[in-house]
Amino acid sequence: MKVVLRNLTKKFPSRDKKNKADVIAVNNFDFEIPDGKLIGLLGPSGCGKSTTLNLISGLEKPTEGQVFFGEDDVTGLPPEHRGIGLVFQNYALYPHLTVRQNILFPLENLKGKDKLSKAEMLEKAMEAAKLVQIDELMERKPGELSGGQQQRVAIARALVKRPRVLLLDEPLSNLDARLRLQTREEIKRIQKETGITTIFVTHDQEEAMSISDMIVVMKDGMVQQIGRPQEVYDSPANLFVAKFLGTPPINVFQGQVKGGTLYLDKDPVLEVSGAADGPVCAGVRPEGFLLRKDGTLGCELSGVEVMGRDISVVASNKASMMPTIRAIIGAENLAEISADASQVRFCLKPNKVFLFHPETEERILFEVVK
Amino acid sequence: MQKNIQKEKQSQSTGTTLSPNTSRKAGFFRCFSRCKGWLYLLPAMLFLGFFMVYPLIDVFVYSFEEGYNSASQTYFGTGTYNYSYVLHDPYFLQALKNTFLLVIITVPLSTGIALLISVGLNSIKPLRDFLQTVYFLPYVTNTLAVGLVFMILFKKTAYSDGLVNLLIQWFGGKSVDFISGPYWAKMFVLCFYTIWVVMPFKILILTSALASVNRDYYKAAQVDGTSKFRTFMRITLPMISPMIFYLVITGFIGAFKAYSDAVALFGTDLNAAGMNTIVGYVYDMLYGDSGGYPSYASAAAILLFAIVLTITCINLLISKKNVHY
Amino acid sequence: MKEIAKSNGLQTEIGNQADYDRIGKTARNRRRALDAITYVFLALWAVIVLFPFYWMILTSVKSYGAYNSEYIPKFFTLSPTLQNYVDAFTAVPLGRYFANTILFTLLTTAIMMVVITLAAFAFARLDFRGRNFVFLLFLSLMMIPNELVIITNFVTITNLNMRNTFQGLILPSVTSVFYIYLLKENFEQVPDSMYKAAKVDGTSDMKYLLKVLVPISKPTLITIAILKVIECWNSYVWPRLITDDEAYYLVSNGIQEIRENGFGRENIPAMMAAVVVISVPLIVLFLVFHKKIMAGVSRGGIKG
Repeated sequence: MKVVLRNLTKKFPSRDKKNKADVIAVNNFDFEIPDGKLIGLLGPSGCGKSTTLNLISGLEKPTEGQVFFGEDDVTGLPPEHRGIGLVFQNYALYPHLTVRQNILFPLENLKGKDKLSKAEMLEKAMEAAKLVQIDELMERKPGELSGGQQQRVAIARALVKRPRVLLLDEPLSNLDARLRLQTREEIKRIQKETGITTIFVTHDQEEAMSISDMIVVMKDGMVQQIGRPQEVYDSPANLFVAKFLGTPPINVFQGQVKGGTLYLDKDPVLEVSGAADGPVCAGVRPEGFLLRKDGTLGCELSGVEVMGRDISVVASNKASMMPTIRAIIGAENLAEISADASQVRFCLKPNKVFLFHPETEERILFEVVK
Repeated sequence: MQKNIQKEKQSQSTGTTLSPNTSRKAGFFRCFSRCKGWLYLLPAMLFLGFFMVYPLIDVFVYSFEEGYNSASQTYFGTGTYNYSYVLHDPYFLQALKNTFLLVIITVPLSTGIALLISVGLNSIKPLRDFLQTVYFLPYVTNTLAVGLVFMILFKKTAYSDGLVNLLIQWFGGKSVDFISGPYWAKMFVLCFYTIWVVMPFKILILTSALASVNRDYYKAAQVDGTSKFRTFMRITLPMISPMIFYLVITGFIGAFKAYSDAVALFGTDLNAAGMNTIVGYVYDMLYGDSGGYPSYASAAAILLFAIVLTITCINLLISKKNVHY
Repeated sequence: MKEIAKSNGLQTEIGNQADYDRIGKTARNRRRALDAITYVFLALWAVIVLFPFYWMILTSVKSYGAYNSEYIPKFFTLSPTLQNYVDAFTAVPLGRYFANTILFTLLTTAIMMVVITLAAFAFARLDFRGRNFVFLLFLSLMMIPNELVIITNFVTITNLNMRNTFQGLILPSVTSVFYIYLLKENFEQVPDSMYKAAKVDGTSDMKYLLKVLVPISKPTLITIAILKVIECWNSYVWPRLITDDEAYYLVSNGIQEIRENGFGRENIPAMMAAVVVISVPLIVLFLVFHKKIMAGVSRGGIKG
């Protein structure tokens, strides 16, 4: 089931007494979520991603615009008629019911022609439990389960009615780091097995990048960029997206384009034909630096962190907008930095350098000259 | 924080290098600081000992002293005569009946209505705070004073039938004197006023219990298409069941001790009005026109305490079986 | 569309757009109807709660003659009078009841605050042998109903010749195990390290209590004080037992006295004026502190 958002807008009345203007949580969203894919809504807190999820689930009504499931306009439809499954950040498992009763709960609500016999219900519940591998825990109460197990129960409960769309609100944020890795694989597997269009919300870019088929990057109620994770990483639409994706984060410099050459501080670092002259913001991914004796960019060295496979060179440069810049370099290059060196020189990989307009922060495209 | 830790360390290190002389001094201080705890507790212990512990023992002694004379402070002997006197006293039996009726009517009714109101309050947004404040008003009013208002609303006098009777007549009923008329009418007013007085506490407790139920449970239920009624029965009620039982238990205890509401409505001579309560009986035995019998009063008070204790225990047993977590 | 749904084993209602619109509409209508019923019900209870207050104010400004001539009581008055308030203060000693109650309330609350603060501090911070045992003893006292101990207290106070004195009125109610418990819990939330830091700096226990704990716990202390004030202002049973001299009556006893013997005749408007006067202080207190009071009560205040 594909999900389409058309000019979707949600405004909340302002709580600030001085500023009466409405808060626009979701501003004119207009995109399509393809059928059977896993989609991550990604953004910092307060960007409107949870509101978007609530609009899709029907728990909140949009101020303007429409939500389509397939070809059907479901905007006016209450959540229980939309055929969705919803998993909450804190799982919202009913603490007084056993796992089995929790999973059965949605089925027991069915009325009329949809009503199931007790045996059918139990069978479906078992099926859902097996899918998430908690069929051993059916008689326990949520309080007796670990966070990861609770998470699975919540997913089973959301899946038991075979929803058209599965929505997950920050599904991993309540788990510890080790479980998080494991569970995100699990979510990917369950999504693949069921083929249900799945939308999840997260503020963790690594999480979103690792399992999504497509990510929607949001900020302040606006969609910044939509695309496959690698696409978005390799070609960010603006400075925000570039900064938000990637660990360690991108290094940002104040630069100058003069006659097709990018200057950082005084150093001419890259040929950038096609970019107009003038000040720019230049972003360089940490893996975009190459350590060279004759490198074009000179930096003050402040330290080297060894991380095993890679080393991280921490340095500073007058043009950098942050106090330090960080370059990730293969460990075999460690020998190139002498112990008492106070300076390092880098070359930049052209495809890891992005230029942005200093005010609008929009991407400025340029052609890489070999 | 950092500083504190450093200081702790310092104090530990100095503690280990004390010379024998200072350690003797420290010993004295340690002893003093032990006594100091008691010193701080002294006022509370004195007051509690004098006005709670001693009376608690004494009340049992009184209850077994037969023929105690409060003027000469003498008694004939010991035995259970006081209890048998109280249990055969028609006034006590009347008070017992009144109290039980009051408890059985007001506790379920007030808890039920309070639950309805709280659910209503929780489902609205505009006016919620305002209504909550309004509903709490009876809590801060003087029971005796407002009881007087209820009395004039319900009372039928020579020159006016009173407002409530006026309403009854509007709806085609026959007016009744609720204050000095038939027993059921008086019981009705007493129950009505009691409920009016106890509602604020119950509404407050239940609204905060309802508000503390995570909204996500309701969202989850809504997404699953759970009907409002089923959501209430299967999710809300189990979640707030501990608070409901708490209210039922405190409600029982409170209603068994009813007294000033009755005084407010029917005046101090409750025996004459036939509306006495057990607590009222205790006080009447102690003081007032029929007073001067602390032994009877003690026996009645201990009987009351026994009843309340039994019922509370039964309640706790039931709640253990039914309260969900 | 339908086929896809079936092949997925979908259980939810599937239909065409018209169905969707209809479902959405009925859901909205049902919600509106439910809201309306809720508001009517809530408004009804608000009327039941507020009406007695309206009636007492209304009656208190009707003149004696006007009130008695209304066989069918009127819901408003066109000629309000303040004469009843004058009567309430002159014909019966309402002013004295009032002053007594204020004195009683202030003294009881003040002494209690000192007693319970000291006790709570001892339980929360001081280390002495038998502390836990004594605390357990205190807790078990919470279960003792007042009705059980009031008999002996009555005899005790009578024997000490303290009937019709303020000591007799105040002394039995200057401790509350429950408030000690509440305050102890609050004191214990102040981090231990703060106490240790103060000790290292050579701060005495008393100074620590007054300069650190009390200011930090001010919200709880204020809540307890307000709850105690309400309790004192409304106390009826003990004052009734211990005073039979009008000079020591509190407002509750005063109002009962007015009801039974006051004003010489059944002067209901004057009575209502007295009721208004004694209700106002608490209502004002409530309106100012309603958030605090309600929060305090929901943390464990029980009426009576």
